[in-house]
Amino acid sequence: MALTRKEIEALIRLIGLTRDEEIDCEGCLARIAEFAEHRLVGGSVGEGLVAVERHLAVCAECREEYEVLQRALQTMATRPR
Amino acid sequence: MHRDNHSWLIRLRASGAPRDAALADLRADVLRGLRGALSRRSLPDPAFLEDVAQEALLKILERLDQFECRSRFVTWAIAIAVRVAMSELRRRRWRDVSLDALVADGDLRAERVTRASTEPAASCDRHTLLDALHDVMRVDLTEKQRHALVAELKGMPQEEIARHLGSNRNAVYKLTHDARKRLKRGLERAGYHASDVRDAFTD
Repeated sequence: MALTRKEIEALIRLIGLTRDEEIDCEGCLARIAEFAEHRLVGGSVGEGLVAVERHLAVCAECREEYEVLQRALQTMATRPR
Repeated sequence: MHRDNHSWLIRLRASGAPRDAALADLRADVLRGLRGALSRRSLPDPAFLEDVAQEALLKILERLDQFECRSRFVTWAIAIAVRVAMSELRRRRWRDVSLDALVADGDLRAERVTRASTEPAASCDRHTLLDALHDVMRVDLTEKQRHALVAELKGMPQEEIARHLGSNRNAVYKLTHDARKRLKRGLERAGYHASDVRDAFTD
């Protein structure tokens, strides 16, 4: 099964974003709550959270989980217990 | 420490009725967050979220000492529950997909055949780059790295790749990260730098 143009473009994009040091998915999970809360209030992320932002740019699963977490937080904010 | 976080930790580390009440409160919050976040998704069965919440509570309790109070406790707990939920949804969606079939013939040169006649002006640079990328993938990556990377590009979740490789999500991330670093260096060796790579695929 050959790679499609879209998949090749995704690979090219990933290569362009690749850094020697990246946090892994566990590292991302450890800081994602803090990252999401910053984003929820429209705040910029501090230096310690830049690594999370970079991980989300290259990890589709963590990015998807972050989007779901954002929706969960919006639910919690609009529909208090 | 945020007072609410402090309260959660004390209650969850207690025993008897206070702990049971804290677990019930946390379970309710986790379920409320998950229901809101996943309301538009097709879930496998009515008990799915209940099962996820139960599994998530166990993981949250296991990791309680790792909570560093950098966020609200409930946000941290829901992040763990979201990972449990999404991992399970991905597992169910991909469980019958064969890794071997997915990565067979992950050949970048096929792009040359399908695109050559439509974009004569721009295609030359792209084809040269794709040939270089193909060569670097073939020479610089191990078979395991190549398979993991191609499977990921085709949408297979890292947990599923890990299951096929007898590994785990973090190890697969490291595997594909190392692969991307090798590709980047290989392309640089061939004279392509990040800006060249981006420009070649900007229409």
